[in-house]
Amino acid sequence: MPALLSLDVLLIAALAWFAVGLAGLLAPRNTGFIAKILFPIGALVGAIAGATALRFLGDSPQVAVLAIGLPDLPFHLRLDNLTAVFAILLGFVSVGISVFAAGYFRHGEGTAPGLLCFEYHLFLASMLMVLLADDGYAFMVAWESMALSSFFLVTTDHRHAEIRRAGYLYLLIAHVGAIAILLSFGVMTKGSGDYSFDGMRAQQLSPFWSSAAFLLALFGFGAKAGLLPVHVWLPEAHPAAPSPVSAMMSGVMLKTAIYGLLRVSFDLIGTTIWWWGVVALLVGLATAAFGVLYSTVQSDMKRLLAYSSIENIGLIAVAIGLTLIFHAYKMDGLAALAMTAALYHCLAHSGFKSLLFLATGSVLHATKERSLGKLGGPIHRMPWVAWLALTGVIAGAGLPPLSGFVSEWLLLQGFLFSPGLPHPWLNMIVPVGAALVALVAALAGFAMVKFFGIIFLGQMREENLKDAHDAGWWERAGLAWLGLITVLLGVLPTTAISHINAATHQLLGVGLGERLAAQGWWMLAPISPGRASYEPVIFLCVIAASVLLGRWLVRRLYHGRVRRTQAWDCGYWFQGPRAQDTAEGFSQPIRRIFEPMFRMERHFPGVRDEKPYYSVKVEDHFWHWLYLPIAKLAGGVSTLIIRLQGGRIAIYLLYSFLTLILLLLVARPT
Amino acid sequence: MSQAVPYSAQFINLFASVILLLAFAMLAQRRVLPLINLFAYQGFVLAVSTAAVAYMTRQHHLYWSAGLTLGLKALLLPWILHRLVRRLHVKWDIESLIAIPTTMLVGIGLVIIAFNVALPISQLSSTITRGTLGIALASVMLSFLMMITRTKAVPQVVGFLAMENGLFLAATSATYGMPMVVELGIALDVLVGAIILGVFFFQIREQFDSLDIRNMEKLKDS
Amino acid sequence: MNVTGFLAQLFAIALALFLAPLLTGWVNMCRAWLQNRTAPPLLQQYYMLHKLFNKDVVLAHGASSLFRTAPFIVFGCMVLACAIVPTLSTDLPFAPAADTIALVGVFGLARIFISLAAMDVGTSFGTLGGRREMLVGFLAEPALLMVIFTTALISQSTSVATIVETLARREFAVYPSLAFAGVAFTFVSLAENARVPVDNPATHLELTMIHEAMILEYSGRHLALIEWASSLKLYAYSCLGLALFFPWGVAAGDSFPALVASIPALLFKLTIGGATLAAIETVNAKMRIFRAPEFLGTAFLLAVLGLLVRLLLETRV
Repeated sequence: MPALLSLDVLLIAALAWFAVGLAGLLAPRNTGFIAKILFPIGALVGAIAGATALRFLGDSPQVAVLAIGLPDLPFHLRLDNLTAVFAILLGFVSVGISVFAAGYFRHGEGTAPGLLCFEYHLFLASMLMVLLADDGYAFMVAWESMALSSFFLVTTDHRHAEIRRAGYLYLLIAHVGAIAILLSFGVMTKGSGDYSFDGMRAQQLSPFWSSAAFLLALFGFGAKAGLLPVHVWLPEAHPAAPSPVSAMMSGVMLKTAIYGLLRVSFDLIGTTIWWWGVVALLVGLATAAFGVLYSTVQSDMKRLLAYSSIENIGLIAVAIGLTLIFHAYKMDGLAALAMTAALYHCLAHSGFKSLLFLATGSVLHATKERSLGKLGGPIHRMPWVAWLALTGVIAGAGLPPLSGFVSEWLLLQGFLFSPGLPHPWLNMIVPVGAALVALVAALAGFAMVKFFGIIFLGQMREENLKDAHDAGWWERAGLAWLGLITVLLGVLPTTAISHINAATHQLLGVGLGERLAAQGWWMLAPISPGRASYEPVIFLCVIAASVLLGRWLVRRLYHGRVRRTQAWDCGYWFQGPRAQDTAEGFSQPIRRIFEPMFRMERHFPGVRDEKPYYSVKVEDHFWHWLYLPIAKLAGGVSTLIIRLQGGRIAIYLLYSFLTLILLLLVARPT
Repeated sequence: MSQAVPYSAQFINLFASVILLLAFAMLAQRRVLPLINLFAYQGFVLAVSTAAVAYMTRQHHLYWSAGLTLGLKALLLPWILHRLVRRLHVKWDIESLIAIPTTMLVGIGLVIIAFNVALPISQLSSTITRGTLGIALASVMLSFLMMITRTKAVPQVVGFLAMENGLFLAATSATYGMPMVVELGIALDVLVGAIILGVFFFQIREQFDSLDIRNMEKLKDS
Repeated sequence: MNVTGFLAQLFAIALALFLAPLLTGWVNMCRAWLQNRTAPPLLQQYYMLHKLFNKDVVLAHGASSLFRTAPFIVFGCMVLACAIVPTLSTDLPFAPAADTIALVGVFGLARIFISLAAMDVGTSFGTLGGRREMLVGFLAEPALLMVIFTTALISQSTSVATIVETLARREFAVYPSLAFAGVAFTFVSLAENARVPVDNPATHLELTMIHEAMILEYSGRHLALIEWASSLKLYAYSCLGLALFFPWGVAAGDSFPALVASIPALLFKLTIGGATLAAIETVNAKMRIFRAPEFLGTAFLLAVLGLLVRLLLETRV
């Protein structure tokens, strides 16, 4: 038997996912079969795919041509290191989500579980195909099936009008983005009609056209990733979807867009112009700042996480922008540093954000509540979910020693080198960008404390929260797996970087791995140990040692007595759950300091109100500045066009006839 | 690297940085009297810095400039302004069109612009103080910004005077100062300007009962 | 890492654990003198810690496991911070464990845990304190990072040890940028250590407190650990400031004679620093909470100006 190539294994994995999905259709109402058998099989397939990609890393690319596809246009597939890094991400993160889903979908949501299972696995398979595609057609087919399957997943609970609206918005923006991607591919073929990626690599584009291709790709993939100003679908679609789906979309699907952006800008276009980096950097900074500010003021837990995803995608875009700038000035070592930061943040974010989304799912199931204002105190009833979510929260706040910090650290190191840029304006403006990144990171901490503190801590804000129960074992296992990824990525950054090194090598010709490997697995020093270093293992050990030693010594020297009584609270007499901060109260400082950034509708209680109440609604400026005008314009144009619609067949035939004549008159053989 | 910069230039850079810092402090200051004091400090540092340049480059005419600056900008003008403020009872009179933090952010942007615009010019120059040209330009721009964002007359005048400080620093750093005649002329101009503006304040006050220059908008024909 | 180095490191940590309450006591003494009060004894903090450790822990009914773990984690973070900052020597084995950016992360981690613990019992003051602490935190962190950037640009490194080496052992040079950064750092450390213009460590007036509001529900050994941790934080910040802006007198090796020889310099610098802190606290009044953004914004601005001045004046050839 000939040895299976890694590419074959991945292809089989995609087919297996597809088959698992089809199997779900066989018994669409049999929840037990689907949840306890099919989803675990899907998880197993994910593990195999991830492991295969992990083993592949560092090998030379493998290509294949599939017989299926359009006539004369077979699908080209290719597995290289960039693909592999993202396939690892997809495979391993999907393990956690699928295992969680095995426990989660037990009741069956709006859609029949079998159909859901089909859509879910089709979604997985199409994401894998997006990564493997090696020509424009295959890519677009996979891309569109990914968009469609996720659209149906988002609208699982399609009986609610706002969920249908969210799904529509998602589909709309996904398609606008897809058009831009298609146009970008078109520009890159330079009219040769050869849509294979090899053909695109071979074309030499003029600066104008390559810039056009880059900007189109940035817009198109940005629409999928949630970059400003095409981010609006994200905070609508994520809360609408069931939690495992939100986790998958936020954790993995957004990263396929990052994959596409990297593929186009570093692989397919072939040249780099410095101002592309500036554009990506500015868009990224704006996105990150916007996302984090809005995530701090949300009152719906999934919406908060959705905005936080926007923030993280913004940070990744910042890293990509920095990579482009360094790359354009041939500072390849630094470009590798920034790109490592981007890839690492992809991995880190998909781990902790999936974890957090799944945790919200557990809370939602246990309490039937997703509004922060009605939660509180589940840490007593569901300690597993709470402590695992805390892992994600610390990583999400970008704090050591977990995964989010590593990438932020690398990114800041990259910024620190930007004064060396040989461009007088850039070397002053870019370091100031680092300040914004720092602000974003700090605000992310605020958002995460709000998320965890209001949801899990404090007194129960509603009576029915007393009945909450901890998640089942499947759910715990899924959460724990993602928590493990988060911890490992945080504690062993050098090992992880030595793996993704292959991808930076492929795209830039340089990697960080060799330099890191020389210093030992425990130390992360991207330039030299004297320049900057970070050793998360020692970090963790010192904290753990002082915690344990401190505890032991205190008990040994003194005592361990504990008494329980009422809370003190300065002797304040009213201590009911309503005395705690609400979600709105917690974010009041942000709304006040950054007031111009929000569009707020507030109602203040009056002195003589019988039933005084305070309400605040925070809206996105972009709706009113960008989307509503466009919608109005589209509406206006439609009312104009509607006049053409007379309703009589003869009129319509006349239109066609006139068009035909016009074409015959205008079109000439060349 | 900084080892290449001689000590004398390092001290001049330090003084220039302090001038920039004071320009920012003036931009952020809400109250009138501390604002005038900051202006006085700026004049003082400017005088010291000019004297330092004079000492290091042995350009003796610069001592005269330094003395003039000290007497005029650190002592006389602040004294006049103090008197004005007392006489007009506008001690608490301050507000700005744009929130202070926003102004500061704009200020940072201006500093970046000034530094980069000044870079090619200062490379042409051969003085040891050429590095401070960017700072001088930034001070001019910041004072300009202050004049734009303030609504009351006294801070605007202070902004105007601070702008002259910046110009003076620019002249010192680019060409070791202007000819004495020009310098004297400017000094006189500034003095006369301040006095005329002082008279002007009284007129505005008579007319509107306040020094809020937004009242001037009413003066147009309509 | 060799045994001597490890022992030297343990010695530095032990010294930090010992000196930190002393520093707080010294600041309190100076403050009392300046305010014409009778000063508490220098060892007051030790008495208080001892008393608190002896007392029973009184937990609120709603306190969860997080509430009981947090003091230990906060304490651990501060011990780590004190191990990283070069207090005595620049050549200690834990120094490369984290550079200045990671140090900011350590403080951030501690902050998150203490804020979460404050929200855990679910009282009005607890959540208020947690929210305000995070407010001060997100304003202070960018400013602190910018300060670090400025110093890092001078020494071409973010590792604290290398920064100290560069600044202390090269020929004397005037860095205007460092002056800016120094002022900004002072602002930030006042805010971060809950000192007067932003918070008042002596207040228990409901509406003005930040740090005290968060730890209202703590008692016994937990409170002792938190108090010790805040002393350690003050110590770490002071030592970081001294290391960045007054780097002279820090030993280069990890031998014990060198370490012991650098103790007088450290004590001297800390004595002066503590007295300065007390003086700053005495001549300033506490600000309204919403003036804090402006205060820290100024710090941020100064740090950015320092960075720009550095790029303009000091990097040209």
